[in-house]
Amino acid sequence: MDNNHAFQDIDWQGMWAATKETLYMSGISVVATFILGIILGLLLFLTSPGNMWQNKFVNIVISAIVNIFRSIPFIILIVLLIPFTNILFRTMIGPNGALPALIIGAAPFYARMVEIGLREIDKGVIEAAKSMGASMGTIIWKVLLPESMPALVSGITVTAIALVSYTAMAGVIGAGGLGNLAYLQGFEQNRNDVTFVATVIILIIVFVIQFIGDVITKKLDKR
Amino acid sequence: MISIKNVRKIFPSKQGHLKAVDDVNLEIHEGEIFGIIGYSGAGKSTLIRMLNGLELPTEGTVNVAGREISKVKGKELRKARQEISMIFQHFNLLWSRTVSENIAFPLEIAGVPAPQRKKRVEELIKLVGLEGRENAYPSQLSGGQKQRVGIARALANNPKVLLCDEATSALDPQTTDSILDLLVDINKRLGLTIVLITHEMHVIRKICHRVAVMESGRIVELGPVLDVFRNPQAPITKRFVQQVTEPEETKDTVEHLLERYHSGLVIQLTFIGESAEQPVITKLIRSHHVTVNILQGKISQTRNGSYGTLFIHLDGEQDEIDKAVDFIRSQQVGVEVITNG
Repeated sequence: MDNNHAFQDIDWQGMWAATKETLYMSGISVVATFILGIILGLLLFLTSPGNMWQNKFVNIVISAIVNIFRSIPFIILIVLLIPFTNILFRTMIGPNGALPALIIGAAPFYARMVEIGLREIDKGVIEAAKSMGASMGTIIWKVLLPESMPALVSGITVTAIALVSYTAMAGVIGAGGLGNLAYLQGFEQNRNDVTFVATVIILIIVFVIQFIGDVITKKLDKR
Repeated sequence: MISIKNVRKIFPSKQGHLKAVDDVNLEIHEGEIFGIIGYSGAGKSTLIRMLNGLELPTEGTVNVAGREISKVKGKELRKARQEISMIFQHFNLLWSRTVSENIAFPLEIAGVPAPQRKKRVEELIKLVGLEGRENAYPSQLSGGQKQRVGIARALANNPKVLLCDEATSALDPQTTDSILDLLVDINKRLGLTIVLITHEMHVIRKICHRVAVMESGRIVELGPVLDVFRNPQAPITKRFVQQVTEPEETKDTVEHLLERYHSGLVIQLTFIGESAEQPVITKLIRSHHVTVNILQGKISQTRNGSYGTLFIHLDGEQDEIDKAVDFIRSQQVGVEVITNG
């Protein structure tokens, strides 16, 4: 590496573009994971024994799907999903190419956290809502989700941070973003300064996510 | 108002069936405060949960406020539940909502528009005496205040029946009394029928008109509170009555006294209703040549009169003592001579 030129001829525009790609991939996948994870988590919780939609079969099926996708290493999941992604976006390259793998990889992980959060809700509170004549929809929207919200937010914070590192991995197979940049320029052209800057930016993104998550969790938790 | 007919509830379990409620028949009248007392596991919790359909009977029918709760489902059941509200031992408030928002919750369920909701919440806050705490969160409230929120929430939709599931069991004695006073007040003002379950005879004594005693899923005794106090039949009822009339230490004290007083008699007097307010002892001393020593006594108030026990020691000529005992008997006071052994 040419140490004299370290940090001087970094392509800052390219760096910024890569950062935006990372933010785009993380942002979309966090939102989708949040929604999909909550739906899966709710289903896991509600179909479990002793709950409102108690259903052994559905519970076992969802549980199995969640466990399988949670166990597949992310890098292998990307490869496995190539045909699916090709059908969806007609390409594997670019930020969109990484989205299916990111979401399918993270949603089951988050679904388990949602389920744990929901299980921590006092059963008495659900019973109270039932005794007032609340419908299933009311119980979900006005009891289950608000009462578990701190757990849901701290869970999505952890998941979001995992997603940022997944985007870097997805970069290696051409999804763009900071991971891609660090691999193509930093590793292949032996530009340690580029790798270093990309790392610092990712760290900043992670810190900001953690900070926002902590603030929101604290603000929501009135217990 | 409430009619329970031949109700049985059996929970299947691996070690055979558990009969939580076994052939219960009960009529509860409109405007009544009806107590169900029993130890934990007696089935009272299951029974009260059948009144709003949180549990369904295995056999029999449950009718509340003109609806067959054991049969209605879905929307009809949810509608019925708005008329049969419930308060809980652990309050079961939503921690994520303020006092006002918690009270507004049943109104949201009933589809009351926001402006009316706000007005109704204000009324309810006043009714239960929580002015100034509207925007507090449950975690900032004491147990008694939490139960007041629970009561306000339960009253929001103007129910016909209020079910109290051990509503005071998690509260200290003083707070318990203030919550019980509030329940009596609501019962009088709104004419609300109240059904409560408890394991504390104190609660029954203080506010109930009638009481049912439950043991292993069955109702073993039923009647007006004073009658049950006066003349408890089942052994379990006697134990509950002793909870309020005889402090724990009474038995020890009496044994100790019997050892001390070798001459004369130790007598237990039982006063019921009006006789509890008569100056029996004064009359006794004035008309008989005996010395009277009051050893221990307690009078409890129930909704239909007082009930009390008094331990006295009589000394003097055997003849006079006999006459004195006869005199007390003639005053409609229960007399029991306590002897050694």
